[in-house]
Amino acid sequence: MSKTLFDKIWDSHVVKEVPGNRQVLYIDRHFIHEVTSPQAFAGIKQRGLELFRKEKIVATADHNIPTIDQHLPIKEELSRKQVDTLIENCEEFNIPLFGMGHEKQGIVHVIGPEQGITKPGMTIVCGDSHTSTHGAFGTIAFGIGTSQVEQVMASQCLILTRPKTMRITVDGKLGSGVSAKDIILYIISQLTTSGGTGYFVEYAGSAIKSLSMEARMTICNMSIEMGARGGMIAPDQTTFDYVQGREHAPTGDDWDAAVAYWSTLNTDDGAVFDMELKYSAEDITPMITYGTNPGMAIPVNEVVPEEVSEKALSYMGLNPGEILIGKDIQHVFIGSCTNSRIEDLREVADFVKGKHRCATTKVMVVPGSKAVEAQAIEEGLDVVFKSAGFELRSPGCSACLGMNEDKIPAGEYCVSTSNRNFEGRQGPGARTILASPLTAAAAAIYGKIVDVRQYIN
Amino acid sequence: MEPINQLVTTAVPMPIEHIDTDQIIPARFLKAVTRDGFGQNLFRDWRYDKSDTPNPDFVLNNSIYSGQILVAGKNFGCGSSREHAAWALADYGFRIVISSFFADIFKGNALNNGIVPIVVDDATLNQIFEAIESDPNTTFELDLQGQTLKGGGLAINFDIDAYKKECLLNGQDDIDYLVSLKEEIKQFEERQTIY
Ligand code: SF4
Repeated sequence: MSKTLFDKIWDSHVVKEVPGNRQVLYIDRHFIHEVTSPQAFAGIKQRGLELFRKEKIVATADHNIPTIDQHLPIKEELSRKQVDTLIENCEEFNIPLFGMGHEKQGIVHVIGPEQGITKPGMTIVCGDSHTSTHGAFGTIAFGIGTSQVEQVMASQCLILTRPKTMRITVDGKLGSGVSAKDIILYIISQLTTSGGTGYFVEYAGSAIKSLSMEARMTICNMSIEMGARGGMIAPDQTTFDYVQGREHAPTGDDWDAAVAYWSTLNTDDGAVFDMELKYSAEDITPMITYGTNPGMAIPVNEVVPEEVSEKALSYMGLNPGEILIGKDIQHVFIGSCTNSRIEDLREVADFVKGKHRCATTKVMVVPGSKAVEAQAIEEGLDVVFKSAGFELRSPGCSACLGMNEDKIPAGEYCVSTSNRNFEGRQGPGARTILASPLTAAAAAIYGKIVDVRQYIN
Repeated sequence: MEPINQLVTTAVPMPIEHIDTDQIIPARFLKAVTRDGFGQNLFRDWRYDKSDTPNPDFVLNNSIYSGQILVAGKNFGCGSSREHAAWALADYGFRIVISSFFADIFKGNALNNGIVPIVVDDATLNQIFEAIESDPNTTFELDLQGQTLKGGGLAINFDIDAYKKECLLNGQDDIDYLVSLKEEIKQFEERQTIY
């Protein structure tokens, strides 16, 4: 029988069927971070349980940590306590932790792929909705709640109902100045934030195939923003080339066997999805959001639609029919697990080289990991950022969410390469406009929203 | 987890669509290392203004509405997977959330914390809002075993996953069952090749 990529991986991980249409699914990798793990560890201890497969857990500290002076203790007491709790738990249970200052530290969804821990065919979970990022490698990767974190710690399994499957095909060639972030914002604007609920999405088509691994991760990362459980892309030569040689990648004969297996991980001809959508890359332009969820996105040169929630627009200080081009921007944030990889930083540096930020726009560039930071410095990107007046900070979630010191002041606009523009996401009252790294870089230089296509050759 | 079967209570209306978990519990309140006390920051930025004064326009600050049911607009709980959202609702005292659509992860988190998510169609949701609006003391009666919710002139039959219903009725969670499968899980691991 013809199977989808999703079916192949899911079926090979079912331990058993459970009455009530549920299945026990085996989990190959479990990433944890400081915010959603403490109560799970506490539960394990309270119940007197052991970690069933501690060697399958990898921990990092990312949400709470400051992005300057990382050699100093965290100033904010509750943040420090949460990070310290993670350190204590990892010591007690003997789990590798890439904590603050560690050379492998970084945002959980950046370090997994970069160290070769994320590999095709796996099932991966983390107490974090953007675990969908790892789907770019042809994995079933999804976010879970803390009760489930505890379940995986206790049994390496979860009891789940099988999601429905959806295929989103994007064919054609992207225009210049249009990137993966624009593709996914475009798709979410079409589907709304609930259009993918109940589904696991496979992205396919020539426009997707042509993307680098970094760009594929950007797409899969935001699958959750349309409500989907996760997103995935069939592994191919681009995937293998990215994985090969990384620390946890197989070597020698194992590598050959792995690639032979990974090459079978694609959707068979004739396999049936519960829903199929098709888009054309030529229809996609640079995108921005105007509202308070990621589905409220428009092509940069279009006006704010008429029929939108007043609550959202009043929060954003915008009006129906208004065009955002020319809107003054006080902050630009380049970072988060959506767009903080080396390719994103290169793209930004390439655009800003020889230019300087607008005097009234503050710019933060926050690499996704220590490795990205080191690579950026090796390539001299730090020098480019410095002379452009961009502040290059140390890795962490940073201004993606108002949990650490990096916040956007109330009422001010921030063009952000992150994934969520919810009310208060970047700090109470902060007004977030989601965009691609290129659009964000242009906003930094010109101090306002522009159509970046007019500024590139 | 507290078992739940029958409950008679009033309801709090929140006719807002796409309420995300960042609104239910903003990120800066996720720093606790226990499950307790999140209720005081439930809907924090809607409930209090910048100087921490209760916002009189927000429904939780309006004393005519109370009860253990939250009725919300469609796509409730979208966004972040933070289970803290379910903990905050439960800690505040909600045992039932009614909406015409729930985000997946939130729904799972609610069920894992003894909160019953009840999905109704849009028309029914409006009728519930109207019933509460015309009389804030309208009581609703949950019968989880029978999968019904009655009140405000409505008698609703709702769907719930059979396995999760048992868990709610018995106050039991997945972990006990999973731990009992250890031998089968080990056998599965022996059959599995991973790279
Ligand atoms: S960067 Fe933002 S979205 Fe990504 S894991 Fe951190 S907080 Fe979550």
